[in-house]
Amino acid sequence: MIIIDTLLIGLSSGAIYALMALALVLVWRSTRVVNFAQAGQAILSTYLGYEVMNRTHSYWISIPFAIVGGAAIAAFIDAVILRSLAKRSHKGSVSEIAPVIATLGLLGLIRSLTGMIWGNAYVQYISPLSGKGYMIGKHTIPFSPQNLIIVIGALLVMGIFATIFKFTNLGLALRAASFQPEISRLAGIRVDRIRTIGWAFAGAAGAVAGALVTPTTYLSPNSLDLLLVSGFVAAVIGGLDSLIGAVLGGLLLGVGFAFILQYIGASVTFSAAFIILIVVLFVRPRGILGSKVGRRDA
Amino acid sequence: MSALDVKDLSVSHGAITAVKKLSFSIEQGQLAAIIGSNGAGKTTLLRALSGLIPSSHGTATWNGKSLLGEKPEDLVRAGIVHVSEGKSVIPELNVKENLALGGIWRKDKKDVAVATEEVLELFPRLRERLQQSADTLSGGERQMLAIGRALIARPQLLLLDEPSLGLAPLIIEQIFEAINQLRHRLNLTVLLVEQNAMSALKIADVGIIINVGSLVTSGPSKELLADANLRAAYLGY
Ligand SMILES: Nc1ncnc2c1ncn2[C@@H]1O[C@H](COP(=O)(O)OP(=O)(O)OP(=O)(O)O)[C@@H](O)[C@H]1O
Ligand SMILES: [Mg+2]
Repeated sequence: MIIIDTLLIGLSSGAIYALMALALVLVWRSTRVVNFAQAGQAILSTYLGYEVMNRTHSYWISIPFAIVGGAAIAAFIDAVILRSLAKRSHKGSVSEIAPVIATLGLLGLIRSLTGMIWGNAYVQYISPLSGKGYMIGKHTIPFSPQNLIIVIGALLVMGIFATIFKFTNLGLALRAASFQPEISRLAGIRVDRIRTIGWAFAGAAGAVAGALVTPTTYLSPNSLDLLLVSGFVAAVIGGLDSLIGAVLGGLLLGVGFAFILQYIGASVTFSAAFIILIVVLFVRPRGILGSKVGRRDA
Repeated sequence: MSALDVKDLSVSHGAITAVKKLSFSIEQGQLAAIIGSNGAGKTTLLRALSGLIPSSHGTATWNGKSLLGEKPEDLVRAGIVHVSEGKSVIPELNVKENLALGGIWRKDKKDVAVATEEVLELFPRLRERLQQSADTLSGGERQMLAIGRALIARPQLLLLDEPSLGLAPLIIEQIFEAINQLRHRLNLTVLLVEQNAMSALKIADVGIIINVGSLVTSGPSKELLADANLRAAYLGY
């Protein structure tokens, strides 16, 4: 039974890593930027959901607000901040690293901003779903209705975006613009606009992660920071440019952590994330589902 | 007034002026071959005309409207379509998706379907490979795909940058033959950049010869082909 319990714990935390990884992958795919601000964006959108819940007293109404807010924040960052940055530093290696550093700065900025507005105290963002595990016979499994909604949420977000990417013109434009911006412009795609849409999608995915995971813990300006690290490791395991890979990577990492926690101890889980990251980079640098070509022109 | 009018156009890459005060014009429905050796400024010229890079001096108009300062994505909507140098396809996408890109911005989806069908009839090899990733295509097939995608945008002015690059003579013949048929059938105006002077001038109405960014001469392609001095100095055969 312990093995199954551990597996279930891993599955629900892994689903959250998966959502964060999806957000990172969506930004990476559309602009080739590793977005460190994602944790801050997710927190900001979760606070937004928290405010809506305080007014409407409905968790379910607050979620779409968090999602739209998350999308808007992300779109703003890309369209206003990163685009003007790109205009200033358009050539050379600086142009590739500048946006990444900018996102790091934004993370700090957003975090102190949320601290100023909401204070640093822990607050509760409560879901009506039970956090208590389901009963199977007399045994309570460590998997609650809230955990179930987290797993469903991660699969749903993955499914929606994978469908958009594969079957719609918008998805085609998103893929084309990320692989070959110049050829895409010559084909008539408004690449800047499309990239911003990619960011908005990512912001939405991050908001889902924040709004679903927070009821299982608490909310504070840095309560999602660890999630950024796990999300990043999950994204790398999954190949950085694959949506399905991000979800698989998240679940694998979650299950891995759960087993380490169970059989080795809590003290090593955090360093385990980095060890796993380094091992993946050595053994299979393009991740489990990363495409060869995608990496090459990255 | 000519359809395409370029006057005193200069384009620089930093300190290098790659196109220097270039002037030429083309009539509606004409095919003009732009001939010049490596580094002559041919690619630079096309990139400036399609909005990819800014020009520093001069004017360029298409049916009276200025091209300079417009974005490529807007020029495509105005019928000016550029097939860039080196098999301009997206290798990460399959053939079908690459073709779909050509009509992605167009509202008239029925005509996109008609245009796609026309392209597949023109290049049947593409039809057999619709699901195949574009990076598995041969050089010639890639060039067909790039031109096919451009045609689905229903261009009026087609800017082609060295479609013969890296292709075997037999394939070059086929591609040029296709270009020639198309432009008559669709009444296209074509600017064909080439190092392959002989093949290009054979199908062109006019030839424009440039050397290190400046105009050497221009005129009816038959006359250029017959000019022994030019042949020795610039046409390389
Ligand atoms: N991005 C760039 N930065 C700096 N210089 C450039 C750039 N692109 C082209 N040049 C220079 O401009 C000149 C013209 O280059 P261009 O590519 O237009 O020539 P081309 O006629 O197309 O040559 P080819 O037949 O080899 O394709 C060359 O001297 C080249 O080195
Ligand atoms: Mg060239």
